[in-house]
Amino acid sequence: MKASKTKKHRKRSAEDWIVDILSYGFTLILVISICLPFMQVITISMSPASVVNATGFHLIPTKFDFSGYIEIANNDNFWHSYLITIARTILGTTCGVLVTMLTAYPLAKTNLPYRKGLMMFVVFTMYFSGGMIPKYLLIKNLGLTNKFLVYILPCLITGFALIITRNFFMGIPAALEESAKIDGASNMTVLFRIYLPLSAPVVATISLWYCVQHWNSWMDNMLYVTKNGLYVLQYVLQTILTNGRTADMEAVTEVIVHTETMKMAALILSLIPIVCTYPFLQKYFVKGMIVGSVKG
Amino acid sequence: MTKSKKKAVPSPKKGFLTNMKIYKEYYIMLIPGLLFFLIFCYGPMYGLLIAFQDYYPLKGIHGSEWVGMKHFLKLFSDPFFLSVFRNTIIISLYKLAVCFPAPILLCLALNEIKHLKFKKLAQSVSYLPHFVSWVVVSGIIIEFLSPSRGPINILLQNLGLEPIFFVADSRYFRGVLVLSDLWKSIGWGSIVYLAAVTSVDPTLYEAAEMDGAGRIGKIIHVTLPALVPIITVMLIMESGKILNDSFEQVYNFLTPTTYSVGDVISTFVYRMGIQKMQYSFTTAVDLFKNIISFALVMLTNYVAGKTNDYALW
Repeated sequence: MKASKTKKHRKRSAEDWIVDILSYGFTLILVISICLPFMQVITISMSPASVVNATGFHLIPTKFDFSGYIEIANNDNFWHSYLITIARTILGTTCGVLVTMLTAYPLAKTNLPYRKGLMMFVVFTMYFSGGMIPKYLLIKNLGLTNKFLVYILPCLITGFALIITRNFFMGIPAALEESAKIDGASNMTVLFRIYLPLSAPVVATISLWYCVQHWNSWMDNMLYVTKNGLYVLQYVLQTILTNGRTADMEAVTEVIVHTETMKMAALILSLIPIVCTYPFLQKYFVKGMIVGSVKG
Repeated sequence: MTKSKKKAVPSPKKGFLTNMKIYKEYYIMLIPGLLFFLIFCYGPMYGLLIAFQDYYPLKGIHGSEWVGMKHFLKLFSDPFFLSVFRNTIIISLYKLAVCFPAPILLCLALNEIKHLKFKKLAQSVSYLPHFVSWVVVSGIIIEFLSPSRGPINILLQNLGLEPIFFVADSRYFRGVLVLSDLWKSIGWGSIVYLAAVTSVDPTLYEAAEMDGAGRIGKIIHVTLPALVPIITVMLIMESGKILNDSFEQVYNFLTPTTYSVGDVISTFVYRMGIQKMQYSFTTAVDLFKNIISFALVMLTNYVAGKTNDYALW
């Protein structure tokens, strides 16, 4: 701020121009190249087929036709998967945050015996995994396939969120806990009546992590669920989008080829919750990202 | 519940059982979380044993026949695996070359923008793709690159050139993967660097100005040196992830016409393992990959710790 004020009364040199042109230019090109694809998708989703199939740019809608949206509105599979996704997001996030806090609380106590070993137990899972096939067989053997719980349990918490929460808890003064315990509070009371209100920023951050993770997830559906009524939004969207795309051999049983407008309408509808919560996402995610990168 | 124990956290005692008794409540709180890690993270690791077996689902891990290193030997002579392994590394290297420096450039550019409203807008817009799933991103990108509607192809046609089906063309497929990754991650990746830049002492800029440095001089002598530690760490860590391909991304773009250049380890494992049920062979592939990438991460983390006191833990 100060620096820019002193610069005001100095003449702009060639160097200033170069730096400004390069930095504004680079950023502007980036902004445009991120917006253009979105604009095209929005335009296609609300244009009549005659416009969509004509050659030429499709960046700004010229004629309006909402048949794509109407078509998707009548698609029960799509809305059913929407509900399933909302349910798993709410349930998965709530359970995830609860378990993360429950686990982080003891691990934040520096004199808990075997704490180091327990931390290693958690951290190791962040760097080594069994891989896709053993996990698939495990889930199958546990009898979780085609159950709603398969969306909640296998991705209940993440090691990273746990560590971030633990780091935050470690910064809460121990005196608060001690005085509460003198008044006869149990650990649960301390966690939910003292720690929870104090850790709003970190709870918001990890809730949003879990939310976005659940909302965007489709691999667990593809791997573990074959029952139509349990499909999640992203997976249904994927089948809608790939329908009629080159060499889609498996789709021969169903010969309906979705129109381009309907595909794009489905895509836009799946984005609405993300766009609506975007201000919160941005605020808390950035905070979490910075916490994560500094504390590591 | 704990009327008897008044002290917040008692100090540690010797024996295991005494500890368990004193800290009972804490360990009870740990149970759900630790069970989760035990079942869903360590469970699959136990399942890795099938890489050394001819696994039959009906016989289970205990009933299947042990075959030692058979699948690992098969892996090195499998022409498909070798090409898949090569694809994985080539795509990762391309991504490292393009998607690693881009957020640093963006950070430098944003840092030079004094128009705060524009800066905020640019940040908001560039973070957005990070929150969108690869299903949606691939849908958007494939639509954007469409041979009949995509702006790039329309431009090509206006220049009198043939339209190109980028996503299905093996010459351009890797480029599509790299650029779509760039599109999704550039804004988000810049946050780490922006955080480092904001912690630069403003007096350094003033001092540089006193010494006659212009804006380019200040970028080179103040901003960049402040970024060097975090750049080194990120570079080292990224190169440790060279075998960790992104299944979610590649799967959504891949079609049989682009298998030769775009098939990576995870998509190969999915096709061979889940769809063709070669459980043992694909587990061996995954185990081979995981061991190498674990070693790489350990190595790079060790190097990162050595170079500037910054390690992952």
